[in-house]
Amino acid sequence: MKIEIITEQFDPWELLVDYKKNQLQNDSKIGASSIFLGTMRDFNDEEDIKTMELEHYPGMTEKYLTKLVNDSIKKFKIIDGLVVHRVGLLKPTDPIVLVATWSEHRDNAFNATREIMESLKSEAPFWKKETTNNGFRWVKPKNQNEEIVNES
Amino acid sequence: MKIHVRYFANIRDLLGKDSERVNIGVGATAEGVWNLIANGSKIPKDILIAVNHEYVDAKHVLKDGDELAFFPPVTGG
Repeated sequence: MKIEIITEQFDPWELLVDYKKNQLQNDSKIGASSIFLGTMRDFNDEEDIKTMELEHYPGMTEKYLTKLVNDSIKKFKIIDGLVVHRVGLLKPTDPIVLVATWSEHRDNAFNATREIMESLKSEAPFWKKETTNNGFRWVKPKNQNEEIVNES
Repeated sequence: MKIHVRYFANIRDLLGKDSERVNIGVGATAEGVWNLIANGSKIPKDILIAVNHEYVDAKHVLKDGDELAFFPPVTGG
């Protein structure tokens, strides 16, 4: 398992190759690999986004991400899992989050990757602050009517 | 008892500080600490609260030395 909060821009494909080569557990049993990559857009809620700052709660965030992967190991019988999440100042096209799971069969890996990602969005303590042409704004979750707190 | 209180994102902006040490009586709840630091104002409805890196509700009773955090709904990913 790998859980990492990363402060610099990262190459998700290089990271996956390196993980598979050096750390992936029981890879001779793996029949399915599922990968989700989230990247930063240059627009949100009808506004251009210039940069985005991602903040987290050190300690609690890593604890929650570890819990999410451990829960998936139990629930979906995945063989291994990885979550890498960027923090700090991002620009459009930067990778934000990489989730990968490996299992014997595809359903387990598909379902585990999706559940880790959805739980991360609702439980892991990260916060986004976007810079627009009108200043900055804290982003609220989409399930909260896409409300945005405007500040300048 | 002494509680280490931390604030994140727009809660930190609202209060103008990222952390502080609070002295409060035995049996105090997370909500009680909020009332103290926010000069009696009601705890925001959608605020999230964690004690020692675990989510709790506003009525959670604190212990001496706890780390208490207040933050808005999360938006990672």
